Amino acid sequence: MRTVIAVLLENEAGALSRVVGLFAQRNYNIESLTVAPTEDETMARLTVLTEGDDQKIEQITKHLNRLIEVVKVNVISEVAHIERELMLIKVRTDSESVRTEMKRTTDIFRGLIVDVTPNTYVIQLAGNTRKLLAFIRSIGEKHIIEVVRTGVSGIARGEQALRL
Amino acid sequence: MLIRALQDEGVEYIFGYPGGASLHIYDALFKQQEVEHILVRHEQGATHMADGYARATGKVGVVLVTSGPGATNAITGLATAYMDSIPMIVISGQVPTSVIGTDAFQETDMIGVSRPVVKHSFFINKAEEIPKAVKQAFYIASSGRPGPVVIDIPKDATEPTESYLYEYPDSVSIRSYNPRLEGNTRQVKKAVSAIKEAKQPIIYSGGGVIQGNATEELREFAQLTGAPVTNTLMGLGAMHGEDPQFVGMLGMHGTYEANCAMHYSDLIIAIGARFDDRVTNNPRKFCPHATIIHVDIDPASISKIVPVEIPIVGDCKLVLQELNRLLSANGAGVYPSSDHLDPWWSKINEWRTKHGLDHDQRHRQGRDGSLLPQQVVQAIYRKTQGDAFVTSDVGQHQMFAAQYYRFSKSRQWINSGGLGTMGFGFPAAMGVQFAYPDEIVVCITGEGSFMMNMQELSTCQQYRLPIKIVNINNRALGMVKQWQDMQYGGRLSHSTYTNALPNFAELIESFGHVGFTAKNLEELDEVVEEAFSDKHRDHLVFIDAHVDPDEHVYPMSVKGGSLLDMVLVKG
Ligand SMILES: Cc1ncc(C[n+]2csc(CCOP(=O)(O)OP(=O)(O)O)c2C)c(N)n1
Ligand SMILES: [Mg+2]
Repeated sequence: MRTVIAVLLENEAGALSRVVGLFAQRNYNIESLTVAPTEDETMARLTVLTEGDDQKIEQITKHLNRLIEVVKVNVISEVAHIERELMLIKVRTDSESVRTEMKRTTDIFRGLIVDVTPNTYVIQLAGNTRKLLAFIRSIGEKHIIEVVRTGVSGIARGEQALRL
Repeated sequence: MLIRALQDEGVEYIFGYPGGASLHIYDALFKQQEVEHILVRHEQGATHMADGYARATGKVGVVLVTSGPGATNAITGLATAYMDSIPMIVISGQVPTSVIGTDAFQETDMIGVSRPVVKHSFFINKAEEIPKAVKQAFYIASSGRPGPVVIDIPKDATEPTESYLYEYPDSVSIRSYNPRLEGNTRQVKKAVSAIKEAKQPIIYSGGGVIQGNATEELREFAQLTGAPVTNTLMGLGAMHGEDPQFVGMLGMHGTYEANCAMHYSDLIIAIGARFDDRVTNNPRKFCPHATIIHVDIDPASISKIVPVEIPIVGDCKLVLQELNRLLSANGAGVYPSSDHLDPWWSKINEWRTKHGLDHDQRHRQGRDGSLLPQQVVQAIYRKTQGDAFVTSDVGQHQMFAAQYYRFSKSRQWINSGGLGTMGFGFPAAMGVQFAYPDEIVVCITGEGSFMMNMQELSTCQQYRLPIKIVNINNRALGMVKQWQDMQYGGRLSHSTYTNALPNFAELIESFGHVGFTAKNLEELDEVVEEAFSDKHRDHLVFIDAHVDPDEHVYPMSVKGGSLLDMVLVKG
């Protein structure tokens, strides 16, 4: 089962490598991983996208909790939540018709063209993973030069929060 | 800074070996008397000594190594301590911060290399960080589920020409680390009602009871419930080995009665044990009739291997106290009558009489009148009246020691159960002897394991450690050979050494110790008598007991089976 885990971590040198090391060591899969400091700079917030049945996810969260620098863990895909991912995608725009088509598709997906050269666009798009994949499909692989995705960030809806 | 912090932490011994990156630290050691440094002969030895010291005392063992090879030599010892949840601190020197990352001479990323085998680690950037890091390291190593901690210190952070204001913190709190101690009340109550209803309960206790100092509570719990108790390899000593309620060790080389009782039980009360694969055999065939209560301080141990109906996360000692309080609150005890479990006990006693271990092996004889390993262990057991500290290595001799030395108290049996590190037993015995200079410390080892760390014989001479080493010499990597005998059609691929073994007694003498050889029962009786006599009270004595190389350890579980699937005798 596709699972999104949110982790609050001490923002210290070496802490992230322990989290990554844990996944490697216990043979857990990381589909994507995002990290950045929170409003409290002593802490970082991670979102890990992983796969596994209930028992495996339980083990993952228990082992995460066992790391000294992990402050809190929450499986946010178990509750009402929002997931977002940012994508930057560079496409070849050799002809007028391709440019028009790119602009139209970008508008439909509510993306932005953030860089323009005679032969390329860079398009920025935010959304959940499904939306990003749909966009890639709509554009068609033959136009794509480069794709950069940040990986999933997630947050629970409503009052629920992952805080100290 | 570092040494003062260690003094303030009340450290008695540091086991270590110097080198370039730790020279400043060694100079500071030289100028003080409070902490005694023990110079080992190999860093692996230092880690096992600190580990043995920690297992015997419950205190944190401390190791000091230099960067690079010093640090990597400590890895096996860290992994050994990690697998058995032993509180230990390894302080490693590191190259100066100015050259970190340049592949400088003797530079190894110790934090990185040790990461998977430590509970936590600290890298020191500046000298000021040392006192707090040391305080936190001791706290983390010894609290919750204990484990080893590394402190990696670059040489410039120990520079003696710079001085700082030293302040040792009185207490620690780490916001992201709060081990849970008390069990959830509702879960504990649920456990009590399950215990009251059970007709065939069994208590399965492990290393957590030893490490958590919960032996007394466990014995009281056993009394209150009247249930049979089995111990894991790591949990031996929690019950008195001769207590009638004790059914012996369980698992791969467990007793017939312990494994049968586990298999047929309707309630397993697991305390500080982790359902290791050497215990469960095939988890899918494991104890099909039982409800499981699992008490453990580490939530990650619960339902890791087998699903548990009543999990209780907490300190074994506190949870057992609570269970005992609730059980004895009922006045006369739990059961409607004291003979409530009689039918269960009569089954167990039947298994015991039929295939239990034979605790007098003197009537047996090995090939050509040779000794049997069980006889050696029994001779030591009798001579030391079941009262010695016994450390062991890994192999057949370890299993024979676990089966035939019947331990009477907690922390008396010391072995590497989790990692199975050959070469552990001898240095571990040294650590125990440092902690308890007046106690008898016996290391029951095999010639293969002993040769992995025998350089420490020289350390024993320097510090006059009167350890008694009993070498169960079967001229083979016996446990490997047994598997080859049983599962590989007797093809003994690299499990014997041809005749390339030393004369151990002579070898030992050359280190200034006392060496004996025994090849039959008569000689064994004689040398055991002498080895443990007052004459050799202050000497390291080594008994090289030549035993029948073809003896196997039984019972042995059948691969992939249930706990019932055991081979009991040869052929
Ligand atoms: C460091 C290490 N290497 C290899 C093994 C695998 N191993 C387990 S038991 C054993 C044989 C041990 O021989 P010995 O110490 O003579 O004990 P015996 O089984 O003969 O009593 C080996 C090689 C191990 N446990 N540890
Ligand atoms: Mg051997």
